[in-house]
Amino acid sequence: MSGTAGVGPGSTPTPLRGRGGAWGAWTRRRRLAAGPRGRGVTALRFWTTRLAGLVAVLFALSVITFLIFNVIPGGNPALRMAGRHPTPQLIANISRDWGFDKPIWTQYLDMMNKLLISHNLISYQDQTAVLPAIGRGIPKTASLAIGAAVIWLFFGVLFGVLSGLNQGRWIDRIMTVLSMGGISVPIFWLGAILLYLLTFKFRSFFLFSWIPPGGYVPFGSSPLQWAEHLFLPWICLAVTSAGFYTRVVRNSLLEVQTADYVRTARAMGLSPTRVLLRHVLRTALIPVMSLFAMDFGAALGGTVILIEPVFGINGIGAYAEQAVLQLDLPPLMALTLYGGFFIVIMNTFADLLFRRLDPRINLD
Amino acid sequence: MTVQAPDLPALNTRGLSSSGVGASGWRLAWRRLRRNRAAMTGGIIFLLILFCCFPGAPLWVHFAAHRGPEVQNLTGTIMAGGHRVPVVSAGGTPIGPGLRGQYLLGADSNGRDLFVRVLYGGRISLLVGIASSALCTILALLLAIPAGYRGGAVDRGVSGILDLIWSFPVYLLMVAISASLMVSGMNLGPIHLSSSSLLIPIVVIAVVMIPYVARPIRGEVLALREREFVEAAIAHGAGPLRVMMREILPNVMGTTLVMFTLIIANNILTLAGLSFLGVGVSLLTPEWGNIIQAGFSQIVTSPMQTIAPGVAILLTSVALNVFGDGLRDALDPHGSGRTGA
Repeated sequence: MSGTAGVGPGSTPTPLRGRGGAWGAWTRRRRLAAGPRGRGVTALRFWTTRLAGLVAVLFALSVITFLIFNVIPGGNPALRMAGRHPTPQLIANISRDWGFDKPIWTQYLDMMNKLLISHNLISYQDQTAVLPAIGRGIPKTASLAIGAAVIWLFFGVLFGVLSGLNQGRWIDRIMTVLSMGGISVPIFWLGAILLYLLTFKFRSFFLFSWIPPGGYVPFGSSPLQWAEHLFLPWICLAVTSAGFYTRVVRNSLLEVQTADYVRTARAMGLSPTRVLLRHVLRTALIPVMSLFAMDFGAALGGTVILIEPVFGINGIGAYAEQAVLQLDLPPLMALTLYGGFFIVIMNTFADLLFRRLDPRINLD
Repeated sequence: MTVQAPDLPALNTRGLSSSGVGASGWRLAWRRLRRNRAAMTGGIIFLLILFCCFPGAPLWVHFAAHRGPEVQNLTGTIMAGGHRVPVVSAGGTPIGPGLRGQYLLGADSNGRDLFVRVLYGGRISLLVGIASSALCTILALLLAIPAGYRGGAVDRGVSGILDLIWSFPVYLLMVAISASLMVSGMNLGPIHLSSSSLLIPIVVIAVVMIPYVARPIRGEVLALREREFVEAAIAHGAGPLRVMMREILPNVMGTTLVMFTLIIANNILTLAGLSFLGVGVSLLTPEWGNIIQAGFSQIVTSPMQTIAPGVAILLTSVALNVFGDGLRDALDPHGSGRTGA
């Protein structure tokens, strides 16, 4: 499509860049200011600050988690490990054996050493190794989060586009109602109700009889059963984001559709489908892409805690739930850093993606 | 976790006063809001829910149910459909819903009136939702306005804090704090937080949600501080505090109000999630989330215990989201910057 220079796929963002007015002047000033140093230097500085920020955030996360459990009364693990009727001697012994009597920063360094370097972190409650337990949970949680992410991205964009293209008509209204419901429903409750309805109440109905009542089957042993078992959890984890994306895509689409370059593309006689796919959606999906990265990080690093117990999936979420109820610091520390890691990585990725897709945003 | 960040243009809340020359921004927004039927319905439904839970709950107990939310009734019987039936059957299955004053939605496993519990549970859910949103909004304003207006080190510091809260795995953080506080409460100088205090979920949820409110406000303040009326105020000799309070703050109230509304829905959902995990509101006080949790084990024999509080949450949350959306449209009719992100 070299014939349509200026609005062709390679130069889609050009109309935005070439816009006059205050915005154009502002970007031009920024560009001039960044000019002589060159893009390479800026990028290098950008990457170093981002990496440093990432490490700093993770460090702060670990310190805060550690402090929460050490400053708050009732957080003394020796007390809980000593059982129901502890003698002072027993508590003192446990404290000595586990190092709870050492200065707090020594305890912190000790824990981080076990977690990150020697990989032999052990739970206070049942004395099991933490990292292998997390390792066992990761495939389940990842299956859950990735599948849900595919579903919410697909349906969020599809519904949003349908809604935006039919603004004000009945299909738009139905989509709006659906998305509002999706945003507003408590996902653990939805899971419980769906389980009840589909695997008990209407189990005999042929459409639902294949749905298993919870549990997890590894992908390796049977891909079909894996998908069957994860079907309902996927939907429940996906509804909130799917509803939200429907709104975002719809609004974004409506905004972009009135842009000058879209009008130009239409005026040049491009087919409506082509204008939509090549020109409108390219810009309209930018906010979705960065939202997606963040939400995926959040789902993988935390939201699963609400879904896994409902469906009896023993992933990271269920492990976290159990650790929390026992106030077991080592697994919680590992899980917080694990969750925080994904969230921070995905947030950084979202930022990068946003900058890459939207050239109006500068590197610094 | 999904609250769409509005990016509203500055409302002209000063200048044209409501007393004469023309309609103020707020008045125009109210006119637009009134014409939005969906939003008005959402708002009215929310008010109805508030009414049912606050003055309605004791009234219902007094005139119809004759039984408070905590009164157990394991051995009693009631008249239902012309027969005398036990409230909780020998097998432990509570009575189901029926059109009657007592046990309108049936009972729970302890023979307590489910409808009354949902009404009283709504008080806690709504109270925590609204209080944590208010606290969160105030904290966000306190952080975001100086950050946006002063810039520099203040801005970097505040942004750092927001980034940090943002990257915490939300449920894990809340669950961790609530769980440790629930063991024995906390003494902070003169303030004693008992382990069943509602302040724990209120504060925890409020802190965790700060970035969602503070980020869009900060962005708006960044744009506002370049505006002429701020320059004029400075030229008049106004100090930074005065500019922030009298010039900036009124102009971010639109965004703040929208975020406040949307965050309430979000916080009610979050609280329900926490209670479902067993760390939100203790089981002694009925709350929508912990009613669901308590009924979950009996979902097969008595599903109403799970359905009723969930529907209450869903209804409240939809009403608030629809109303908040309408509010945003009314405050920002041209729809600029409604793309989230």
